[in-house]
Amino acid sequence: MTSEKVISVRDLTKQFGPFTAVDHITFDVHRGEIFGFLGANGAGKTTAMRMLCGLSFPTSGQAMVAGFDLSKDAEKIKQNIGYMSQKFSLYEDLQVKENIRFYGGIYGLTDKQIKTKMEFLLHQLKLEDQAKVLVKSLPLGWKQKLSFSVAMLHEPQIVFLDEPTGGVDPITRREFWSLIYQAAANGTTVFVTTHYMDEAEYCNRVSIMVDGRIDALDTPDALKKQFNTTDMGQVFLQLARRAVRAAD
Amino acid sequence: MSSVVVNNIVKTFKAGKETVTALNDVSFEVAQGELFGLIGPDGAGKTTMFRILTTLMVADKGNATVDGFDVVKDFKEIRKRVGYMPGRFSLYQDLTVSENLGFFATLFNTSIEENYDLVKGIYSQIEKFKDRKAGALSGGMKQKLALSCALIHRPSVLFLDEPTTGVDAVSRKEFWELLRDLQKENITIVVSTPYMDEASLCDRVALIQEGKIMKIDSPSGITKQFGKPLWAFKSKEMYSLMKDLEAMPEVFSVYPFGSEHHVVANGSIENIKQKLRHESLSVHQIEPTIEDCFMDLMKSK
Repeated sequence: MTSEKVISVRDLTKQFGPFTAVDHITFDVHRGEIFGFLGANGAGKTTAMRMLCGLSFPTSGQAMVAGFDLSKDAEKIKQNIGYMSQKFSLYEDLQVKENIRFYGGIYGLTDKQIKTKMEFLLHQLKLEDQAKVLVKSLPLGWKQKLSFSVAMLHEPQIVFLDEPTGGVDPITRREFWSLIYQAAANGTTVFVTTHYMDEAEYCNRVSIMVDGRIDALDTPDALKKQFNTTDMGQVFLQLARRAVRAAD
Repeated sequence: MSSVVVNNIVKTFKAGKETVTALNDVSFEVAQGELFGLIGPDGAGKTTMFRILTTLMVADKGNATVDGFDVVKDFKEIRKRVGYMPGRFSLYQDLTVSENLGFFATLFNTSIEENYDLVKGIYSQIEKFKDRKAGALSGGMKQKLALSCALIHRPSVLFLDEPTTGVDAVSRKEFWELLRDLQKENITIVVSTPYMDEASLCDRVALIQEGKIMKIDSPSGITKQFGKPLWAFKSKEMYSLMKDLEAMPEVFSVYPFGSEHHVVANGSIENIKQKLRHESLSVHQIEPTIEDCFMDLMKSK
C-alpha cells in the first residue's frame, strides 16, 4: 500500500426526491489498499458504490476516482476500474473461454492481449481442462474466482467487489481472499463490501455507513479499540443500532 | 415422536448431458420442538432437501416423513401442517403487508385473528407498514412478513430456507431471537444457513456439503470431536505469516479467521514459533468453532 490517493471523495451526496441515500460522505482510499465498505442493509452502500463506478450521478459533492473527476470523466473512470457483483458478472450460457474473450473485447483489449491473458488466467485458476465448459455448470466457488479474474482482465487501478463471497463454502471463501491479497500486493486497490465480519478484519481499513453517513473509518484494530471490544462484529452492531431510518 | 424423519434420500438432476447428484444418501431425524440447522454453502443440497420435505419434489430413492406422514403418499396432510419460507422472497409484491398475511390465512382456512398471538411478536414490528406494498419493504421487513405468513396457520413444523442470506448482522441477530421465541410455542424448526456462526444457535445441526451430510450433532458435540489442538497465530504481517505457515511441512492446515490464523500442526508449537521469526508473534491455544470443524471435515474427506 502506498500513500498515493486513488479514490478521493468530498461531501458526496445522493438524493432521491426527499430521501438522502448518501449524505455528505468524505474519505480517501490509497493505492494498493484493501478498503472494506460496510453498513447495514439500506445504509447507502450500493448507492455510494454506484456513484464511484460512474453509474449514478451525484446530487452534490466531488470525487476523484483513478485520477478522473466523477462529474466530468465518468466514462474514463469505467475504463480504469473493475466491478464484480454477487448477482451478475458472467454469462452462464457462454463457455469459460468465451466469457474471458467477451470481457476482453468489452474492455478494449487487443486479440493478442486477450490470447495472452486467456492462457495466463486458465493456468492461474487451474481451469485449463474446463476452458470449454459452460459457466453455469461450474461450481459456485470457481465462478466467483473466474468473475474476479474477469473483473481484473484489463488490469484496472481499482476493483470494486460487492459481496463477492456470499454463500460460498468456508475454504473457497478463504481462497478468494488470497486472490484479493495478491491483487492488492500487485498494487490494485480493492474496494469490498461484505456481511462476514471476519472478512472486515482482512481489510487495511474499514468504513461503516449508518443512515447514509460514514460514522466510522479506521483500521480494524483502531475501531475495536475505539468501541472497546475485541471483535468487529460488535463494532458493527454498536454502529448499526444507531440507525434511525428504515432500511432500503 | 420425531417430527421429521429422513431415510437414505437420493435426488439427482439432469444438467445437459451430465447428471448432478444434489442429495446423496441423506438421513437424519428432527425431534418434536427442536431447532435443527442444515449448515452448508450454496449447492450443498439444502434447498432440494426442503423441497422434498415440503412435498414439492419427489426423491429418486429413500423415504421421509413429516409429523408422521409420508412425503409422497400423504402430501396433502403435510401441506396443511407445515410452514415453508423459501429462500427467494415468497410473497406477492403487489399486495400490501396486511393483504399478504390475510391471503395466506385464507389459503389455510383460518383468519389473522385466530392465530394472532403466534405471529404477534413478529408482525407487530411491521404492522405500522401494513398498507405498504410488500415489494416496497426492506430486506429485513420482507423477511419478517414472510415468516408471519409461514406461521399464520399455526404449523407444527416450520421450514426456513436461508432466511438470513444477504441480511446484515443486526437483522440476522434479531431474526434468530425470533426463532428462539417461536420454539417456546413447541413448533419444530428446520432452518438452513450458509453462515457457520449461526450453527451455534441451533439445538442440533447437520453439516452438509455436496449433497452429503458430513456430521450431525449438537454444536458443542461437533466442536468437541475436532480432536486435535488448534492454535491461533497473530503477527504484524498476517499475509506473510500465512504463507510462511503454509510452507511448513509440519503444518497440517492454516486458515485466516478475522484477526488471527487458525493452525493445526504436528509436533511442537515452540519449534514452529522459533522457525517463523515473525515480529510480535503471538500464539495461543483456542477452542475450535463450527467453521473450523466444517473445513476440517471438508479437508479430510
